[in-house]
Amino acid sequence: MEKDVIISFEDFGFHYTAQAEPTLYNINLNIRKGEKVLIAGPSGCGKSTLAHCINGLIPASYEGKITGKLTVAGQDAQKLGLFGLSKIVGTVLQDSDNQFIGLTVAEDIAFSLENDCVERQDMHRQVEQAAALVGVEQVLRHAPHEISGGQKQRVGLAGVMVNQVDVLLFDEPLANLDPATGKQTIELIDRIQQRTGCAVIIIEHRLEDVLYRKVDRVVVMNEGRIRFDGTADHLLCSSVLQESGIREPLYVTALKYAKVQLTPEMHPAFLPELTLSKEQKAKVCRWFYGQPIPQPAPQAPTLLEVRDLDFTYEKGTHALRGINVTIRKGEMLSIVGTNGAGKSTFSKAVCGFVTPQKGTLTLSGQDLSALSIKERADRIGYVMQNPNQMICETHIFDEVALGLRNRGIPEAQVKVRVEATLKICGLYPFRKWPVSALSYGQKKRVTIASILALAPDMILLDEPTAGQDFAHYTEIMEFLRELNKQGITVALITHDMHLMLEYTPRAVVFHNGQIVADKSAAEVLNDPEIVEQANLKETSLYHLAMECGIDDPEAFTRRFIAEDQEVRAR
Amino acid sequence: MTNLFNYIDRPSPIHRLTGASKLFCLILWSLAAMSGFHTPLLIALTLASVMLFKLSKIRVKDISFMLGATMIFLVLNNLLIYLFSPEHGVEIYGSRTVLLEGFGRYTLTAEQLFYHLNVVLKYTCTIPIVLLFVCTTDPSEFAASLNRVGVSYRISYAVALALRYIPDIQREYHDIALAQQARGVEMSKKARLTDRLRSVSKILIPLILSSMERIDTISNAMELRGFGKNPKRSWYSGRPFTRGDMAAMAVCVALMVLSLLLTVLNGSRFFNPFI
Repeated sequence: MEKDVIISFEDFGFHYTAQAEPTLYNINLNIRKGEKVLIAGPSGCGKSTLAHCINGLIPASYEGKITGKLTVAGQDAQKLGLFGLSKIVGTVLQDSDNQFIGLTVAEDIAFSLENDCVERQDMHRQVEQAAALVGVEQVLRHAPHEISGGQKQRVGLAGVMVNQVDVLLFDEPLANLDPATGKQTIELIDRIQQRTGCAVIIIEHRLEDVLYRKVDRVVVMNEGRIRFDGTADHLLCSSVLQESGIREPLYVTALKYAKVQLTPEMHPAFLPELTLSKEQKAKVCRWFYGQPIPQPAPQAPTLLEVRDLDFTYEKGTHALRGINVTIRKGEMLSIVGTNGAGKSTFSKAVCGFVTPQKGTLTLSGQDLSALSIKERADRIGYVMQNPNQMICETHIFDEVALGLRNRGIPEAQVKVRVEATLKICGLYPFRKWPVSALSYGQKKRVTIASILALAPDMILLDEPTAGQDFAHYTEIMEFLRELNKQGITVALITHDMHLMLEYTPRAVVFHNGQIVADKSAAEVLNDPEIVEQANLKETSLYHLAMECGIDDPEAFTRRFIAEDQEVRAR
Repeated sequence: MTNLFNYIDRPSPIHRLTGASKLFCLILWSLAAMSGFHTPLLIALTLASVMLFKLSKIRVKDISFMLGATMIFLVLNNLLIYLFSPEHGVEIYGSRTVLLEGFGRYTLTAEQLFYHLNVVLKYTCTIPIVLLFVCTTDPSEFAASLNRVGVSYRISYAVALALRYIPDIQREYHDIALAQQARGVEMSKKARLTDRLRSVSKILIPLILSSMERIDTISNAMELRGFGKNPKRSWYSGRPFTRGDMAAMAVCVALMVLSLLLTVLNGSRFFNPFI
C-alpha cells in the first residue's frame, strides 16, 4: 500500500442484515492524505453507507455483513472500532440541528473532549481555538435556537476539529442550507483543508454547488458500485452523470445545448477557469439568438390577495412587515429567502395558524379572517416539509380520507373523492398498502394527496424537495407541475435555486420580514443586489452569458429553461 | 419557549453554588418546611427565603409568570381546604373560637384562620426557594454536579439532553397540531373526551415517528464523538465544590434537624397558640 494513503477500500462490500441485496459491491478506492474528494451519486447508491463504513457507524450502529478490507491510517477499520475511528475521521452530519448536542455552542464543541476526560482548563482553551478556526467565537454562550443553520454546521465542524482528526467527512453538507450559506460552507471547507492539511471527503449529490471550489477528485457511485473515479474535468466531459442520474452544472448543460464540444483542457469543472474559444462563444450566441425568447404567460384573475400584512411574535420580534402580494389563479410560484426571513410565518398567516396584527387576506374576494383554521384548509392546503410530520394513519386510503371524514362527509362520497385523488396522484394501485411500505417520495405524494382530497384552490408546500436527489426531485416537481396544469395554484417555499428557475415562473423574495422582490425567477437570479441581500445564489448561466458577451443574462436564462424543459419532456 | 429551567445568568453567591448542592439544599429546606406546622420557624424561613432571593439578584419581574401561577394555586388550595373541611383547624388545635357565624357548617373560627395562615406560610417559605433553584442553576452545570455526587454520567447527561431537546419537540408538537387541525382534527374543548383523545393520537403518532428519526441522528452524533467510550467523562461547565457549598448544605441540614427537634419537643407537628 502506498505510504500516503489514509483510507483504502479493497474489494470491499457490505450487506445490511435487513435487506435482500448487498448495498456495496466490490469497492476499490484509495483516499490520500490531504486530498479533497467528492463522492456523488443518487439516493440509495450506497454513498451514505460508504460514509458509515469510514466513520465506524457500520458495524457499530447498523448491522450487516462486511466483505473485503477497509484500512484507515494503516490499521484495520474493524479493529479500530467506532471510537478508534472517531480519533482519525471527524464526521459532520447532514442534520446540523439534531447533531447539536450541547446546551450551548461551547459545550457542543467540547463534547468529544469531555468524553476524553480532558481537564477543564485545557478544554476551554481548545474550544476557543476551534471556535476561532470556524468563526463562531462570538456566539460561544448561545443556545442552538439562537444561531443560524450555517452557524450550527460550523459548530458541528469545530466539534470534530478539536480531535485533531486527519480526515473530515461531510455527509450532505448542503442539504439544509440556503444557497448563499451553502456557498460559504464550501468556501469554509476549502479554507479549513488548506489550513489543516486534512483529507476532506464530501458526500453530496449537488455537484455544481460543491464545484464552486476545486476538488481533487470526484467519485461517482451508482447502485452500490463505483462508476467513475477521476478529475471533475474528465467527469463533466463524460456521460457518467446522465447515466447515474446526477444533475450536471447548468452552464455545462447550456454548452451542450449550444453544441459546444467539451474537453478536459477547457477546465469545465471550475467556472472561473473555463476557457472558451471564439468559435465556441459564437456557438453559444448562435444558440441563444437562434430561437425566440419565451414570453411570460398572460395574467390570470386574482386568487389570493394579501394587503399590508403585519405580524409580531409575542416576544416582540417583528416577523412580517407590510406584506403586499397577489397570487393569481393557476400560478406556480416560489417563496424564497433565508431562514427567519419570514417565509414560514407568511405561510402560517395564510393558513390561519397565526393571526396577524394588521392587514387583510382575501381569497377570491372573500375575507379570510373570519374563517377558522379548518375552514381555511378547505380553500388553501398546507403540506409540511417532512411527510412523517403529517402521516398518522396506517393505510394510504385512510390517510387520504382523514380530512374528508373529519368534515363529516358521507362515506360513499369519501370513497369517490379519495379514489379520484389517488388516481391523480398515481397512488391508486397502492390504495390498500400500509403507509410504512412506501418510499420517502411516495409518502410525500400521500401527504399531498391527503391535502388535495379536500379540493383546495391552492396548495402551499414547505420545501417539497429538501434532501432529495435529482431523480426524486424531478418526480416530485413533475407531479406538482401536472397538478398545476390541472388548475391548482401551487406556492412553494424553497432554498433550491434550480427548482425556482425550472418550475416556477415567479419568485417572491423575503428578507427581514419584508418582500424585497416579486418578479420572474430568472430576473431575481440575475439581479446581483437581490441575490446578495436575500442570501440567494446567482446561476452559473449568468456567468456563462457574461463570458460569451451576451448582455441580457436574464433572457439567456429563460432561453435555457425553455430548451431544458423541452429536452427533459422527451 | 417555556423551559423547565429558566436559568438567568447574573453574578451572585447563589449562582456560584453547584447545582447538586443547591438541589440538596432545596430538598432539605422543603422537608424542614413541610414536615411540621411550626409557625415561628415558617415565619423565619419565609424571611430568610426573601433575603436569599434578594441576594441572588433575581428580580420579581423575571419570575412574575411563575409567581402568578403559584399565587393562583395558593388561593385555590386555601379555598378548597375551607370548602371541604371548614373545621379542620378546630380538629387540629382542639379548641373552637368562633369569629363569625356563616351558613350551615361554614363558620369562621380563629383556629381555621390560623391553620390557613400556616398553609400560606408554607408556600411563602418554599416557593421562592424553588424559583431560586430554577433561576440560578445552569442546567449543564447541574448535570455535571449530579455526576460529581455519584449519579452515572449517562443519566446526568440524559438530564441535559432532555433540556436541550424539549423546546424542539414542543415546537414540533405545535406545528404538527396546527397542520392536523387544518385537516379537521378537532382540538377544541367542545369535542367529547373520547374524540379529543383520538385527536391527540393523530398528533402523537407523527410526533413519535419524527422523534424516532431525531433520536437516531442524536445517538449517532453522540457515538461518533466518543460518548460512552470511557467509564468517566469531564464536564465543560463543571465547577468544583467550594466552602460555600459546604456551608449552605450544613445550614440546611441544621434547619431540617431543627424542624424535627421542634416536632419532638412540642410533641406534635403543630405549633399551637390556642392553649
